[in-house]
Amino acid sequence: MPALALQTFRLSKHFGAFTALDQVSLDVRPGTVHALLGENGAGKSTLVKCVVGYYRADEGAVLIDGRETAIPSPTTARALGIGMVYQHFTVVPGMSVAENLLLARGRVPARIDWRAVRAELEAFMATTPFRLDLDARPLELASGEKQKLEILKQLLLRPRLLILDEPTSVLTPQEADEVLGALRERAHSGDCSVLMITHKFREVSAYADDVSVLRRGRLVCSGSVADSSPQLLAQAMMGEGRVAPVTVGRLQVAAPGAVRLQIEGLRVMGDRGEEAVRGLDLQVCSGEIVGVAGVSGNGQREFMQALVGQRPRLAGSVTLEGRPFHARRAENRSQRVRSLPEEPLLNGCVGELSVADNMALREFDQSPFAWAGWVRWRRLAARARAWIEEYGVKTQGEGAMIRTLSGGNVQRAVLARELSGEADLLLVSNPVFGLDFAAVAEIHGRLLAARDAGCSVLLVSEDLDELLELSDRIVVMSGGRIVFQTPARDARRHELGAWMGGRHETAAAPQERAA
Amino acid sequence: MSAQAWLDVLIAVIGGAVRVGTPFLFVSLGECLTEKAGRINLGLEGVLVLSAMSGFGAAWLSDSVWIGVLCAGLAGAALALVHGVACSLPRVNDVAVGIGIMLLGTGLAFHLGKPLMEPQAPQIPSLALGGWSNSAAVQAALRINVLFPLGVALAALLQWGFANTRWGLLVRMVGDSADAARALGTSVNGVRIAATVAGGFIAGLGGASLSLYYPGSWNEGLSSGQGLIAVALVIFARWSPLRCLAAALLFGGAGAIGPALQSVGVGGAYYLFNALPYALTLLILVLSCSPTRSARGAPLELGVSR
Repeated sequence: MPALALQTFRLSKHFGAFTALDQVSLDVRPGTVHALLGENGAGKSTLVKCVVGYYRADEGAVLIDGRETAIPSPTTARALGIGMVYQHFTVVPGMSVAENLLLARGRVPARIDWRAVRAELEAFMATTPFRLDLDARPLELASGEKQKLEILKQLLLRPRLLILDEPTSVLTPQEADEVLGALRERAHSGDCSVLMITHKFREVSAYADDVSVLRRGRLVCSGSVADSSPQLLAQAMMGEGRVAPVTVGRLQVAAPGAVRLQIEGLRVMGDRGEEAVRGLDLQVCSGEIVGVAGVSGNGQREFMQALVGQRPRLAGSVTLEGRPFHARRAENRSQRVRSLPEEPLLNGCVGELSVADNMALREFDQSPFAWAGWVRWRRLAARARAWIEEYGVKTQGEGAMIRTLSGGNVQRAVLARELSGEADLLLVSNPVFGLDFAAVAEIHGRLLAARDAGCSVLLVSEDLDELLELSDRIVVMSGGRIVFQTPARDARRHELGAWMGGRHETAAAPQERAA
Repeated sequence: MSAQAWLDVLIAVIGGAVRVGTPFLFVSLGECLTEKAGRINLGLEGVLVLSAMSGFGAAWLSDSVWIGVLCAGLAGAALALVHGVACSLPRVNDVAVGIGIMLLGTGLAFHLGKPLMEPQAPQIPSLALGGWSNSAAVQAALRINVLFPLGVALAALLQWGFANTRWGLLVRMVGDSADAARALGTSVNGVRIAATVAGGFIAGLGGASLSLYYPGSWNEGLSSGQGLIAVALVIFARWSPLRCLAAALLFGGAGAIGPALQSVGVGGAYYLFNALPYALTLLILVLSCSPTRSARGAPLELGVSR
């Protein structure tokens, strides 16, 4: 059987005085899907990085097929048949999908016969549940498509053990079902074993055979999924005596107020010289969360970028409280518009600046933080410290470079900046990508609280569960337009899925992109 | 001015495009290769001057022009190696190192080249492509440096190689995402040093073309910033070797306008015309940058495309 049996025996790893892994003994049975749960910083990534040779464990051993095996480098792991899909993207952004796949496959011939290679890649892709344009560049792909490319890269190597770090965080439920279903099928047929880090209980119960929970570097429970329940797992993750954070109930306090944000006929150019947003109309009222659902790559990214001013608009009007809105700094301030962009380190921060400086970006030149052209750094630092405390940002201090923080903590820092004071309009994209259970609940709670305070929230998310949980109204975006809308309480998952899949398209609708 | 005079100017400009453009071509191809791997080598100006001196010296001493050409390439590669290795040290900025290499290269060349001002060295042979015409002007214009066809072939080879060979993919991967390259177990610094050295060798051939063909002697004013302009050429050519060829010819032609006009008696604005290539550099860079079009082919590890 090609599937590999992985065991770790009392694996420990220290970073200075910090114990990231404490005597973890994990058992991944061959031909199974094993889910690894835990909060941010629980040691999941450290554990798998020890297995793939990225880190060397300080104590303990890794057993492959029952034999103790030293894995000093990722190359060794690859030779052993262990593939890893990382949470951050490791594709080459400026090279085509075909080139990326060829490089990942290794054994690149000195002279490449592209005709043969392409035929081979097409044939390979036909055996997987994914379709990607071989000539597209990751630079132009949405994060969901990039994630698929990452997984394809690993499948191409025919791994005996596939490790995935949150593989579905950017996929639609349908896509996630497809991906996980395909992976489980592979595992059960004995082709490979799968170890996946996840935060979603739904995926654990639907697709995993076994589940292990890490907390503060220790393995707190491990066993068959059949013997566990989401409640038990949540308890194990959060620890004894700690109650899971209460999500604010989805009670619509009052009917939504007047229309605040009005978008008419918005058209935006994409990266590949074709229109990504083609005449989009949308209204958002005060005290309302409008969720934008859609398969990634249908113009959501360009739409949000155009709204927050990262991308020029071709045509159409955007008005806020009846006034034209161009997302200039002064307008953002006077109309109280805030945004939580996706990939906040890239879109909402200056990586080389400190946490305090990043938290100050909106207001460093405003009273009371500036006086006669001078910035009052001490006031800003003091406020940053307060926010770090309030939002639980894990950092070495307010002076640390923000890019040294983990993804969840960058997200919290941006959240602190954007939710401070009262916002009238929040533009939010995939706010919980890659965050753990507790952080997700906390961020969702804050969005709902903002809504209850009368704020208008436009929420773009590739996670349908998140949209169903938070939104008052859900619209579906497909081919650069809003094709469907419904009050969230009437929304049917399969109906939304059908609209997202673009099956509704009439003759006048834009042509589908050739696969 | 008669129609014949205009025709002479045109022919002279075409001939000049090749003659003056050949060094541009080699330097920009060298820079293109270096930048594709994610490094900027501003030191190519120093590489050009040092290799011109070395090539001239070696050709004079050995009395063989081809030994001279080879030595020019090797001198360029050696100086580029210094750049490549220095930039591989942690927290070293390639632009700053490049300026250092530029000054080092020219300084070394001026020092070592003192005794080379007087002598005559054998010259790179030329191909007479103007035999079909009985006009002396046409024949003179179409007498072409044999390095030029070599450069054209090299441009085509690089263009093809970037897309169709293992080395091409590795160089582009390293230039696009060092992280991805490391994840695949590729030595980022190794590939970058190799590309920089190969780029230095290619640029060195441009130096040989300067001192052994046109103008064909060694003096301190041999290169007037051609190595630096090549950096701009590469950006203008959007990191495509074949477009580097077109850009080099364009600049060569622009550089030949002044002398060509003077030869038919229009000399009033001689210095102004000589400034034409530089004005053209600015103009083209302004025109070719666009906020909406993403720079396809631009290596993402380069500061310029971020």
